[in-house]
Amino acid sequence: MEPTNIKDPEYYHKVVDCQYACPAHTPVPEYIRLIAAGKYTEAYMINWESNVFPGVLGRTCDRPCEPACRRGRVEEEPVAICRLKRVAADHKSDVKDLMPIIPTEKNGKRIALIGGGPASLTVARDLAPLGYSIDLYDNQQKGGGMMRSQIPSFRLPDAVLDEEVGFVLNMGIETHFNTYVKSLKEIIDQKYDAVFIGTGAPKGKDLSDLPGRKEAGANVHIGIEWLASVAFEHTNKIGKKVIVLGGGNTAMDCCRTSRRLGGAEVKVVVRSPFTEMRASEWEKEDAIHEDIPIIDCHVPQSFVVENGKLIGMNFDKVHAVYDENGKRKLVSTAEAPVFIEADDVLIAIGQENTFPWIERDLGLAFDEYGMPVVDKNTFQSTNEKVFFGGDAALGPKNVITAVAQGHQAAISIDLFCNQQSLNDRPSPYVNLVSQKMGIHEWSYDSDVVTDNRYVVPQVNKDIALKDRKVEVELGFDGLHGYKEAKRCLNCDVQTVFTENKCIECDACVDICPTACITFTFNEQDENTLRQKLNIPALNLSQDLLVSAKLPTQKVMIKDEDVCLHCGLCAERCPTSAWDMQKFFYKTNKAGSQCQ
Amino acid sequence: MTYIKPKFRHPALPKNDLGYTKTVYEGSLSTLCAGCGHDSISAAIVQSCYELALEPHRIAKLSGIGCSSKTPAYFLSQSHGFNSVHGRMPSVATGASLANKDLIYFGVSGDGDTASIGMGQFVHVVRRNLNMVYIVMNNGCYGLTKGQDSATADEGSKSKAGSVNLFHAIDLPSLALELGATFVAQSFSGDKAQLIPLIKAAINHPGFALINVISPCVTFNNNPGSTKAYDYVREHIEATATVDFIPLQEEISADYAAGSSKNIEMHDGSSLVLNKLATNWNPQDRMSAMNAMQQAKLDGEILTGLIYIEPETTDLHSLIQTSDTPLNTLDESLLCPGAAALEALNEEFR
Ligand SMILES: Cc1cc2nc3c(=O)[nH]c(=O)nc-3n(C[C@H](O)[C@H](O)[C@H](O)COP(=O)(O)OP(=O)(O)OC[C@H]3O[C@@H](n4cnc5c(N)ncnc54)[C@H](O)[C@@H]3O)c2cc1C
Ligand SMILES: Cc1ncc(C[n+]2csc(CCOP(=O)(O)OP(=O)(O)O)c2C)c(N)n1
Ligand code: SF4
Ligand code: SF4
Ligand code: SF4
Ligand SMILES: [Mg+2]
Repeated sequence: MEPTNIKDPEYYHKVVDCQYACPAHTPVPEYIRLIAAGKYTEAYMINWESNVFPGVLGRTCDRPCEPACRRGRVEEEPVAICRLKRVAADHKSDVKDLMPIIPTEKNGKRIALIGGGPASLTVARDLAPLGYSIDLYDNQQKGGGMMRSQIPSFRLPDAVLDEEVGFVLNMGIETHFNTYVKSLKEIIDQKYDAVFIGTGAPKGKDLSDLPGRKEAGANVHIGIEWLASVAFEHTNKIGKKVIVLGGGNTAMDCCRTSRRLGGAEVKVVVRSPFTEMRASEWEKEDAIHEDIPIIDCHVPQSFVVENGKLIGMNFDKVHAVYDENGKRKLVSTAEAPVFIEADDVLIAIGQENTFPWIERDLGLAFDEYGMPVVDKNTFQSTNEKVFFGGDAALGPKNVITAVAQGHQAAISIDLFCNQQSLNDRPSPYVNLVSQKMGIHEWSYDSDVVTDNRYVVPQVNKDIALKDRKVEVELGFDGLHGYKEAKRCLNCDVQTVFTENKCIECDACVDICPTACITFTFNEQDENTLRQKLNIPALNLSQDLLVSAKLPTQKVMIKDEDVCLHCGLCAERCPTSAWDMQKFFYKTNKAGSQCQ
Repeated sequence: MTYIKPKFRHPALPKNDLGYTKTVYEGSLSTLCAGCGHDSISAAIVQSCYELALEPHRIAKLSGIGCSSKTPAYFLSQSHGFNSVHGRMPSVATGASLANKDLIYFGVSGDGDTASIGMGQFVHVVRRNLNMVYIVMNNGCYGLTKGQDSATADEGSKSKAGSVNLFHAIDLPSLALELGATFVAQSFSGDKAQLIPLIKAAINHPGFALINVISPCVTFNNNPGSTKAYDYVREHIEATATVDFIPLQEEISADYAAGSSKNIEMHDGSSLVLNKLATNWNPQDRMSAMNAMQQAKLDGEILTGLIYIEPETTDLHSLIQTSDTPLNTLDESLLCPGAAALEALNEEFR
């Protein structure tokens, strides 16, 4: 293999598994170290810079970082990255003075944001400090989008959301709440320099064709509509017996909310097998903990109505069959239909995008599925002035994806308004600095603790179920935040190898606890090389660090897979051919290219 | 600060026939200088014992004084150990072996510990053919006391301070050959591919087995002009042959060119396969081995690999016909049969 080009920032970026997996590339280990040092405000601001809603995300993020976390490859469980973010948010001091200064003199460009969810708010956050004049339109009474209308208060208290939405809206954003935009043309006609559409995926799927659906009428609700009406206090009770249809996170929020509004016997009924449900493991656990059975492999057959009133539903029991490509088919067991009683049914089987308010003659193309044609890097539509982001752009995902796309769209809008090419995107800010302080001393805590993942304490269940506004998770206190933070392996402190210093004494090979390092003769073929390492490098998603030829004609190969970033190789290296260097990687934001 | 080795290991760490990973054979974190050759030898010992699937409690590590003699703390922490007095490891090993002949004795020493203060002990343990592995971690200096020339420093070799050694070097493998050793090898700490099979063969050898391992002292003897420095050794190293140790159960799989390879069967049926044999050398002929050592010296080469082996050998216990049962497991009535038995014995000599 060719020697690794460590000048390419993406090489070391990839080693920081969590940051690489985060759609917004939040510098995770950097903020975790700050939490361990008790510097909550600094940790918060690092987060805020990259993900805008640390307090929200520290409670609700889908956490793509955690399955990626290296720690999960050397022991049972990853670092509780998400809940550590919350520690920073809960324990920070006043950050108002740390917010960007908004120029009083504007740059003369006007931007319209349609939708007030995380995507639009991120665009606002990035563009307002650059002097843009921003109008935000949303049909709800307050900002936050689905973070407000969908994510229940027992997972995300209003105060947390209000604070973080407020940080953005206080940047001089002109808000137009309770304003449903009925026509994109009307907006465009107002001569905005650019329009951003962050209207989400607001339509919940129904089961219109299922027998009895019409008759059952008033007692069947679309999950996301129902959650929104709970959030805005139009609904405050539900029947004793509730069926929630669906296996995603919306279903989990519906069933748990039902338990708090009078649902005594709430059941989730899902078509797929339990293990293949779309809901996250932890959401399922939380539902089960609140005495909600999850009945899997049951396909809805009909609503059963007696005397004009819903009394339950019939289901067809199925089992999953997989073809040779692993494609699943649900096959009926041909048993008699299963009847489950219900006073109310919540349908939480998915969301869709709809854009009835966008005229089709604005040069804005839609694909065969009714989705706008959007460039996946620039988020520009086929109408050069109109940009998309969040659930409206590429279908329903999650808050952190909406934020990441918002950042990209903001960069594009800024480039567009400055007549620059949208493809000249600003490169990331990177830095690589030695952490050496002495023979056995590093400026980071290099020792590797063996503590298991700490569990976030929860409020007593009886109290939680009485009031939908009582937050279930209590969050880590300072001590447990510290202990959990110590579990982080500091993957951003990189092992940097300098060939011409190496005397091939093998000290690093001998000391490395996880057998990452091999000195051997190089091979053309990567797989051959992977096979002949001291322990074959079988995790192909993890790169090999390959040196140039050494005096013995061998090369140094390091498998990044399970490196603990313990620094022992560098401590045992007599010539400092190995060094531990902190890699800081920050995706650039709108404005940095014009500075 | 890291003075503790992290507990996590590679999740795909293989297991040996006993179901142990290599971790079971590790010791505590070394306190030797970073890059010391001795640490590589420790790692080779760990690897060898792991590969041979030895039960750690069946091994005893013994050493004298020196950086080299500290290493038993850094490997096999689940084995028996005795860190003795400077140069006295052989007598402690002899005593231990006499008390319990069933253990595998692993002696670790330095060039100072062996060739200076311990020379008297060394020569006797060789000629007594005590069943043990005797590893000399040879760096040509007294590392622990800050790098004074040792008796194995080559004549003309320059110290870090710039002084030139005036004395002739003691060549431990040649000395052992002269004293009748039945397993003599020489290796380099930077060549595990060679060192590991040699250690495994030495463990399997039923008598005294010497491995003299050139092991650079990075701190005091790795300077230009030193003949025990990494660079110098790499430039002057020659091997008698490549070595493969094949345990009893395994078949010899590699294809070796006829004439240039040799298969030596060891006493227990395992074998040593030597390949790319040096010319004019026969590892089973003492004269030839001695010649090869002398010739290498004339040529300014460091000859490594197996030097000499006599697979069938009579060790100390067989020579003096000790009891088959280890002494430490005999009970008092057998060990001290009492006044009447003594009287009967004395009677025989009257
Ligand atoms: C029940 C549920 C629970 C969820 N839980 C989580 C979670 O725990 N973690 C997570 O990361 N994600 C979660 N999500 C997903 C997450 O809420 C969305 O992915 C995210 O909010 C999308 O952000 P967005 O900015 O694209 O749009 P949205 O948040 O959907 O915001 C769009 C806004 O635009 C408004 N709007 C739409 N059309 C118009 C119009 N024509 N005129 C004016 N305003 C308009 C909408 O009312 C809304 O306020 C959940 C989703 C649901 C349904
Ligand atoms: C009886 C006695 N004399 C002298 C010493 C001082 N001393 C300690 S280590 C050592 C030399 C060790 O040299 P070597 O065996 O080559 O070990 P190295 O440190 O080089 O590995 C000496 C002379 C001692 N500890 N005990
Ligand atoms: S150990 Fe820390 S730095 Fe590494 S992936 Fe996990 S959270 Fe990120
Ligand atoms: S930092 Fe060095 S010694 Fe530690 S695990 Fe990584 S490669 Fe091995
Ligand atoms: S002084 Fe020399 S022999 Fe001793 S530990 Fe340091 S490098 Fe090794
Ligand atoms: Mg020495």
